[in-house]
Amino acid sequence: MIEFMQSLEIWQILAIKIVFALMMIGAVMTMAGYSVLAERKVSALMQGRLGPNRTVLPIIGSVPIIGPFLQGLGIFQPLADGLKFLFKEEIVPGHVNKIYYYLAPIIALVPALTTMTVLPFGEFFTGAGETIPLMLADLDVGILFILAVSSLGVYGIVLAGWSSNSKYPFLGGIRSSAQMISYELAMGLSLLPIFLWVSKPGVEVSALSLVEIVNSQHQANWLLLVQPVSALIFLIALFAETNRLPFDMPESETDLVGGFHTEYGSFKFGIFFVAEYAHIVIGSAIFTIIFLGGWHFLPWMSDPWPANWVGTILGVGWFLTKTVGLIFFFIWIRWTLPRFRYDQVMDLGWTKLLPLALANLLFYIVLVTWLDQSAL
Amino acid sequence: MAKTVVLERKPLSLSERTYLPQIATGLKTTFSNMFKPKVTLQYPEEKPVIPQNYRGIPTLVKDPNGREKCVSCQLCEFVCPPKAIRITPGEVPEEDLDREHVEKAPQEFEINMLRCIYCGYCQEVCPEEAIFLQQEYSSSGYSREELINKKDKLYELGGVLPDKHYKWDKKKKAELEGNSH
Amino acid sequence: MISPKNGKVVPIVLDGKDVEVPEGINLVEAAALHGKEIPHYCYHPQLSVAGNCRMCLIEMGTPMRDRATGNSILEDDGSPKIGWVPKPVIGCATNVSPGMHVKTESKNVLDCREGIMEFLLVNHPLDCPICDQAGECRLQEFATDYGRGYSRYVERKNVKPKRTRLGPRVTLDDERCILCSRCIRFCQEVPKDDVLGFVDRGSFSTLTCFPGRELDNNYSLNTVDICPVGALTSSDFRFKMRVWFLKESTSICQESSAGCNTTVSSREGEIFRITPRRNDHVNDSWMTDSGRELYKSVKSSERIYSARIKNDSTTSDAALLEAIQILKGKSLGVVGSCKSSLEEQHLLAQIAKKTKAKQFLRGHFGEDDGILLSADRTPNLRGALITGLTKTYPEDHLSALSLAIQKKKVNAIIVVGEDLLDSKVDQALLSNIPVVFIGTHENKTSRIAKVVIPSLTVFEKSGTFVNRGFFAQAFNQVVPGPAGVLPDLNILARIKNGLVEDLEQSADINLIWDEMSSVRNSVLKEVSFTQVKKAPVLLNGSKWSDLPFVEKDALHYQSSGKIRVKG
Repeated sequence: MIEFMQSLEIWQILAIKIVFALMMIGAVMTMAGYSVLAERKVSALMQGRLGPNRTVLPIIGSVPIIGPFLQGLGIFQPLADGLKFLFKEEIVPGHVNKIYYYLAPIIALVPALTTMTVLPFGEFFTGAGETIPLMLADLDVGILFILAVSSLGVYGIVLAGWSSNSKYPFLGGIRSSAQMISYELAMGLSLLPIFLWVSKPGVEVSALSLVEIVNSQHQANWLLLVQPVSALIFLIALFAETNRLPFDMPESETDLVGGFHTEYGSFKFGIFFVAEYAHIVIGSAIFTIIFLGGWHFLPWMSDPWPANWVGTILGVGWFLTKTVGLIFFFIWIRWTLPRFRYDQVMDLGWTKLLPLALANLLFYIVLVTWLDQSAL
Repeated sequence: MAKTVVLERKPLSLSERTYLPQIATGLKTTFSNMFKPKVTLQYPEEKPVIPQNYRGIPTLVKDPNGREKCVSCQLCEFVCPPKAIRITPGEVPEEDLDREHVEKAPQEFEINMLRCIYCGYCQEVCPEEAIFLQQEYSSSGYSREELINKKDKLYELGGVLPDKHYKWDKKKKAELEGNSH
Repeated sequence: MISPKNGKVVPIVLDGKDVEVPEGINLVEAAALHGKEIPHYCYHPQLSVAGNCRMCLIEMGTPMRDRATGNSILEDDGSPKIGWVPKPVIGCATNVSPGMHVKTESKNVLDCREGIMEFLLVNHPLDCPICDQAGECRLQEFATDYGRGYSRYVERKNVKPKRTRLGPRVTLDDERCILCSRCIRFCQEVPKDDVLGFVDRGSFSTLTCFPGRELDNNYSLNTVDICPVGALTSSDFRFKMRVWFLKESTSICQESSAGCNTTVSSREGEIFRITPRRNDHVNDSWMTDSGRELYKSVKSSERIYSARIKNDSTTSDAALLEAIQILKGKSLGVVGSCKSSLEEQHLLAQIAKKTKAKQFLRGHFGEDDGILLSADRTPNLRGALITGLTKTYPEDHLSALSLAIQKKKVNAIIVVGEDLLDSKVDQALLSNIPVVFIGTHENKTSRIAKVVIPSLTVFEKSGTFVNRGFFAQAFNQVVPGPAGVLPDLNILARIKNGLVEDLEQSADINLIWDEMSSVRNSVLKEVSFTQVKKAPVLLNGSKWSDLPFVEKDALHYQSSGKIRVKG
């Protein structure tokens, strides 16, 4: 890898990185768009309905069998939704703080997209038997980077709530920031045992590197099985961080109209919308990487695919399958559980998850120390 | 008086207090729902089955002889709660042998579908069984005027319904068979 | 007929209750006085008794007396024994007598009524959806109240002609007729025009006109009113509107000085018919056919809907300002109208008095039919006398005005409703002086007037008329006036306020009445509009008994200046 890189001019590296970055943005955004469709379809199915099945493109729709089938799936719906956001009248209320009002959706989306730079999603097998992880930037402190950047997303929401200069968005923004702070703690604490476990004595890797975390689960336990409590806390915190039901305090339509985005319309609202789903996509990917073995096949099994380009594609495919499964899980939860009350959210975060995460941490400290001692 | 019994609530067990089993049950329920048959009706292509006594758009009907049954008694106009019906009565000319003895028929009959509430009182009250709320339920237009159904439109929508009584035919028969004075 | 002789009363026992009723009345009336209804078709309080419908059958009896001793025969419990007439008798032809016992609700009576209803309905067509009488039909009402509720008649019903023309205004539906003969008796007794009669027998019986005659007298439509079923219908009102939509308001006929009390029926601002209202001192239950047509003037093509200044349309406000400007400081001539209400005449007289104007008044006269169409064809000539709009009996022309203009005593004129050019006033004379016309309909004067201010018809305002018998009778607003048209009282009050520096004149009818009744020696003393609205008030007209009133003797009216109320 390093030799390969060294053989390139700096502009070539830059070009490759930009192409990769664009591809990833395209992939994540597409997934975000289609998770909207998935959300509508899954909710419809769970409620005994059919969901969107009317939108159709002119030429593809007229292809026999395939056209109507795709139309029935609602494949073209995200296109129509996107266009709708683009072409709607841009309305800015007179009482908002213009600069922050425009800035808020951008700030909401950027961290979501930034996080994905350090996300590994597969591995590439060189002819020399070397494996190169597929990612934009192989950061040694990847997980810290993710924690740091993704929590910036809340600024978008707080800013939107504050700059709208209106009570419902304001309440949404306040709730959002309080919720973020509460669950960030538990989330961080739930990850510490992972590092302890992965970088246990005798392992010469940096446990903060996502690639290493993934590889530690190759032909071994998934971390989900080793540390179920951590996984549970992380998952709950992930729901809270992505503002998904049952934690959608900032939005909570029933009591806050639209929450932080009440005063937003057209494309600005679209950005918020996409950012929310981008968060889900990225969050699912992170969970897959940390707890579900990333692109590796199943616990205790070696990957069944060959170590060449076919294996790369199958690996990436497997990774995506797990991610999509998790996205489905997100949706599934949303249409099953009702929203928590605000005080319940706070209660759960501070008096349940935080102590649990601390206890979990202590337990693994003791366990790892004991294993450590006994190994010596 | 019914006696009020206060039931002690059983304390929750640990697993209940985590809510996780309940969440799992909920997830199971929603998941199994995904595979149940769907109730959605694909409206413009599929039409709902209209029950026999459905109250759709009020219409005027003709008897099997193609004669208008309405004699403009204006009871429907009277009973109509939102005052959607407006009738201008008129006289049937004596020379009209088709409608002997009838004497009276609406000159103009308007039902304002913007006002109609489909209550069916007009059908209920009609002594001549001339007005029926039939199965047509979809009514739309581009202007207010279009939604005021005039006499022609009402008869077009109503068509012909079988007549159980043949009131005027019986009268004609009575006249022909010697009860005429 | 109700004729309480000498105010004497007799005691009777009505359904077991001791009551007192005026002597000489029949049992239908007597029961009605005590809140008991005896249903009837052929009986009409103002017609002779025929007793042919049999609907008013009741049980009647008198206390039994011993023939030998003349003592009352008593029951075992000591109460007098009643000798009930074995068969029911008709209430309309039985006059009350002292001690009479009457049962109006016994089983026997109810059975009788049910039987009579069944017979009446045997050949009655199921016509109610078509029938104009539906809603005010005695047959419907009594069938509901006293009928059996279903028909046992399975045979075919008779078929008879449905639209026989009896006269220019009356159509007969033979099938519906129950042969009560009210119409026949009316024609004989009130207009004395005996044209109707029954022919044929049994179920063939038919009402018809005498050969070569038709029901064309000026009272023919009263037969429609008194017809208890829908047999006689008004050709004008036929199939126009169902009666249950009609809003009824009380009014006074403005056709002539007879002042028939009327009920005007309207729906949503449109008048459909005028019917007489019972007043036993003025018109009984009748009115003329010609008076019933007068509502058509409301929607006449000659109606003035907008004010004009020199033939340019304008608002009433602008026209009023212009009129005041024109009239101010001139030697006014005020031409009043016998068709205006008492209150309007009072305001006009006040304007004339305060501006020292000359007053002119024209009468309108025609043939007197001796019943309810008097020779004086204006409703309120006596009002003009009372309000001081004229001191003399008006003539059928306005030559006096002509003369006054020629002598230059008048150089501006206010006209209310009258046509000057039609009243012997030369057009040439009017061309030089401004004319302000206030009226409802166009005439030759309105076309040459400088300012035209539209006003309301009798049906669109409230007020009072004084009829030939000096009855002050109030009429009420029936329909709203056309948009933008001011009531006459407002117009006159504003003109007065514009011309006269005086206390502000109110257009409120009650305040005007206060003014009128506070005038010294006024015949309206101690009379208020509220009183007049409640019931006609008889005024003392002896002051004018010397005037040459043109009315002949007629129903409830005797000429010769002496006012007499028939008992």
